[in-house]
Formats: sequence, C-alpha cells, structure tokens
Amino acid sequence: MDQSLSSVIYGFGVALEPHNLLWAFFGVVTGNLIGVLPGMGALSAISILLPLTYTLSPVAAVLMVAGIYYGSMYGGAIGAILLNLPSHPPHAVTCLDGFPMTRQGKAGTALGMTMLASFFAASCGIVLMIFASPLLVKVAFKFGAAEFFSVMLLGLLCGGTMSKGSPVKGVAMTALGLLIGVTGTDIDTGVMRFTFGFPELADRVELVALALGLFGVADFLRTVNRFEAKNTNIKVRLRDMRPTASEMKQSFFPMLRGTLTGLLFGAMPGTGPTVSAFVAYAFEKKVSKNRANFGRGAIEGVVSPEAASHAKTQVDFIPTMTLGIPGDAVMALILGALLIQGINPGPQLITQHPDIFWGLVASFWVGNVLLLLLNMPLIGVWIWLLRIPYRLMFPSALFFIAVGVYSTNSGFFEVGEALFFGIAGAMIMFFDFPIAPILLGYVLGPLVEENFRRALVLSNGDLRIFVHRPISACFLGVCLLLVLGQLFFRLRSSRKAPTQEAGGAVISTSSANAK
Amino acid sequence: MILWRFLGSRTRDYYGGVVLIAVALAIGTRSVAYGLGSLTNMGAGFFPFAVACVLGLSGLAIALGSRASSGDQPRKPRGFDLRGPLCIIAGMLAFIVLGKYGGLVPATFAVVFISAMGDRDNTLRDSAILAAAMVAVCLVVFWWLLQIQIPLLQWGGR
Repeated sequence: MDQSLSSVIYGFGVALEPHNLLWAFFGVVTGNLIGVLPGMGALSAISILLPLTYTLSPVAAVLMVAGIYYGSMYGGAIGAILLNLPSHPPHAVTCLDGFPMTRQGKAGTALGMTMLASFFAASCGIVLMIFASPLLVKVAFKFGAAEFFSVMLLGLLCGGTMSKGSPVKGVAMTALGLLIGVTGTDIDTGVMRFTFGFPELADRVELVALALGLFGVADFLRTVNRFEAKNTNIKVRLRDMRPTASEMKQSFFPMLRGTLTGLLFGAMPGTGPTVSAFVAYAFEKKVSKNRANFGRGAIEGVVSPEAASHAKTQVDFIPTMTLGIPGDAVMALILGALLIQGINPGPQLITQHPDIFWGLVASFWVGNVLLLLLNMPLIGVWIWLLRIPYRLMFPSALFFIAVGVYSTNSGFFEVGEALFFGIAGAMIMFFDFPIAPILLGYVLGPLVEENFRRALVLSNGDLRIFVHRPISACFLGVCLLLVLGQLFFRLRSSRKAPTQEAGGAVISTSSANAK
Repeated sequence: MILWRFLGSRTRDYYGGVVLIAVALAIGTRSVAYGLGSLTNMGAGFFPFAVACVLGLSGLAIALGSRASSGDQPRKPRGFDLRGPLCIIAGMLAFIVLGKYGGLVPATFAVVFISAMGDRDNTLRDSAILAAAMVAVCLVVFWWLLQIQIPLLQWGGR
C-alpha cells in the first residue's frame, strides 16, 4: 500500500519531467486530432507516428504512444456522437444512442457527459492498475520460459477466438500472423527464413509497414467510392456541454456500472474494449428503468459503454505490459513499440523498468486531465475537422502513410511492403476473415518461438514441462476450456438455429453495427 | 460461363479455406527445407512447420464447414469498383518509383494526385489543388522540421 503510493509519486516525477510531459502532450493532442478525422482510428494514428518514437528515449516513446491511444478514443467518441461514424470499433455502441441525441439537439450534453464518464472510468482504471501491479511483481520470479509460452498461447487464442466472426478464422489469421512474424533471420541458427531473396526482409517484416498496410491501405482500398458522405451543421458551444444536475444524476449509476464492467473485463486478457463496451450496453439496457428509450437517445446508453471501454483501455495495459498479451490490435502495436525500444514485456517489467511503468501510470492521469481540459474549449475545432470530406482525406492520409513507412528505415522497400500488405489485407477482408489477429500473431511470433525453444532446451525435449509447472499448467487449462467452450457453443447454436453462425449474440451484433 | 456458375456455387468461405491450405502447404514444404531438427535442438523450420500445420488444419475446417452451410449466406450485393483501388495502388507505386528517381516533391504530388483521382467525386482541379497543398505540408513538416532523407528534386537514382 505504502509502496504503491510512493511508486505513484515517483511516477509523477517521471511523467512531469518537461521532456516526457511534452511528448505525452504531443501524443494526446495528435491522437485526439487524428481520432476525430472520419475513418481514421487509433491504429493509423499510432502507426503513422511510430517512426517518430525511434529516436526518443523509451519513457518518452511509451508515454507518447499511450497518449495517442487514449487521445484517439476521446476523439473517436466525437465522430461517433456527431456523425454516427465509429472510427474505432468500441464506438459503434456509442453511435446507437449518441447519434439520436445529436438529432434531438442534445449533442452538447452527450459529448460533455461522455468526456466526464471517460475521465471517471479512466481514473478508476488507473487506480486498479496501481494496486494490482504489486501482486504481479510477486509472481514475477516464478515466470520461466514455459510459463511465458503458455500465457502467450492463451493470449493468442483469446485474441483469435474472441474477435468478431468465426473463431476458426481467427485462429487461422493468428497462425498467419505468427508466420509473418518469423520471417527474417533465425536468431538461433542464422538461417534466413521466407525472405524470397530480399535482403531487406532479413531484419523481419517492418511493424509499421504491416500495421499501416493492413489497417490503412487495405481500408482505403475497400472504402473508396463507398464511403457515405455525411454532413453536419451542428454547432456545439462550450456552454451546451455542461450537463444539468438531473442529467448528472441520471447518468451517475450507468457510469459506475459501465466502469465496473470495464474493470472486470480488464482482468480478462485478449478481449479488448469492444466486447466490454457491448456487454456494458446490453447490461445497462437490462437494468435501466427507461429501457424503451434505448436506441432513441438515452444518455445511459452513451455513458455506460464509453465508461466501460475507457476503463478497459487503461486496465488493458496490465496484461499487455506484464504478461505480454495485448487485448486488441492497438495494444499489440503498443507492445511492438515497446519491443522496438528493447523492452521485453513480462512480470519483471515493473521492477526492471520502474520509470516506464510508473511514469506511464502517472502520465495516464496527466493525459486524461489534459484531454478533459483540451476537448471542452476545442470542440469547435473538432467539429470543423469532422467536415473534411473523405475524398480529400484519404489521399492525404495515403501520403502520410507512405512517408511514415519510408522513414522507419529510410527505404522504399518498406513502402512496397505496406502496399503488399494493403492488397493482401483487402483480399483477406473480402473473404470475411478478421485482420486484427494477424498483427497480434506478428508481434508475439518471435517471443512465442523463443520461449518454446528455450523451455524445451531446459527440459531436454520433454514436452511435459508445460504441464508439470503449475502456473503454465493453469494457463494451458484455461486454453483448453476456451476451445471446449467455443466448440460447445458452436454445436449448440448449430443445433438450435442452423442458419446462425456461432460467436455469441453480443459479438455478432457488434460486427453488424461496426460496419 | 460454366466456370462462373461453378465458382458461384461455392461460398466465399470455401475459397478462403482452400487458399489457406495452399499457403500452409507452401510454407510447410519450405520449412522442411530449412531443417526441422529435434525437440531438444530445434532447426529453423520447426516452429514455422508447426504453425503451418495449424494454419492448414483451420483452413481445412473452414473449407469443410462452408460446404455444410452453403446457401445460408447470400452474397452481399455490392457494386464492383475498380477505379478507386487501382488509383490507390498506382499512387503508392508512383511514390516508390518517383521517390527513388525523382525526389520528394514529385513523389508527394503523385501519390496524392493519383489516389485522389480514384474517388469519383474528385475533379482534376480538386486533385491538383489537394496534391499541391500536401506538397506544401510535406515541405514544412517532413523536409524542414523532420529533415527526411530524400532529396527534393533529382534526376535518376542516387
């Protein structure tokens, strides 16, 4: 307890250093700005700016990348509420009631309440992070190669099967990601794998090229000429954003329930904020007294899922940084940024790099305060940005992608890589496969392979090492439960209603609404 | 015509599964060539081979599963638009080629102009203005502030 508090104070010391504060501020502002732009989400924001972090110190780099992430979540909520355009999947839920509120002329209230709820939820998430992390330090020394392998397997399985759509497709795409991840020189034997004679590929596939190809170029290839133009003539003044006392009262408990949902899901690796947002909405709809109003502009339906996704986003940093299992593609990208800085995730991260961990925790708070202060007066600017038409935005974004990818390695080969993965990604989406697990597999691929090899060297080739060590056996047990559970639900749903795909009602509605 | 009818009788999942199996086979055979080794002393091909097996098996499951439920999923009626994607691909290729042999300014102009022409609502004039504006942004942000290592204008390779 005391230790946590002194660590937090130490963290604030790190986060408030002028150099770190400046980059965190930069990350938050650009994240917010890019998040507002229609069709641009956290993924493109982080990947475009990732090359910039290569020259920064690890602490500043991590603070900036994290700032972009939650900054873009604030920004995305604005687009979802005002234009019915979710740029990041969790915001698909926000649209359900946020946009009807805009049409009723209550856009200001919706925005104001969302920001308050996000801030509240994020703060709760940060508090949980502070108190949960010392527990992780205690198990840290028990983690060996076998445990790392098992926990990463669990992370991959969660990421693959819990994303939208069919679980088998998710597993297939995770495997594809792992294979892309092992491209390049094998560390143990020095063999060049799958380089097709390109010397540029000896040093792995470039993370930024893969991410921007799959989530930037592929997206433009699919949405060009299909993007519905939406105009807005809404004017929101600062004064409109202050919720009335009755609105505050109405949204207080939904905000609390949403936050709790997010925190609860935070403990589940591999689920990501989308699932928690949908669960929070469904739950709120069930317990709310004014159920009939849901979908027609109920403020509870905006506040609760936003709180859930923000709480989850913060708590998600725990499994990402201490176990190396990211909740969604954005987190996988942040993990990739950590690895580039030479920081290996794991329970030992907190003790080995206290400046990064506690600095990050403290900077979350600083960043969230900044966002709250920033968004209120700047709302007019954001609305102006929302009016930029897609036909002008995507060519400009394409240029930023090209230059961003080039600057990772000062090479045009990487731009070609981004184009290749863009075309491949568009084809994969055409076949209705999820693309997020590819990034997850790519980032974790080398770590999984290394730990698998090391564990088997330690055990003299005895595969039972993964079951004999208790922590590892637990993780494998959860993996097994997950697979059996998926099979069970699939069989049951195919018997009940043969026309319906397995995957859970909540998640399938999510995919329907996200598109 | 017969070919199209045959192709149309299968679901999209079926082809997805078949493509996955093909990819898995290719990677699997390549992995064997890299050397599998043994469990105590793994070769470079061991891990990719294992993952390729998972990929192939899931591909098989998807292809077989699609047959059982074929006809359930009606194809989404969607207009097929070639101009947009082709312009985007051409724009990126132009950036690579012009960046290498022509310098930053023509490369920037080309990627924005060509990809903007992919959108049916953009006129030549709109695209040119947008491209010129992006060149200005590029000069200030990337060349002046971030000092990117591409010459502004050049002829032929470096």
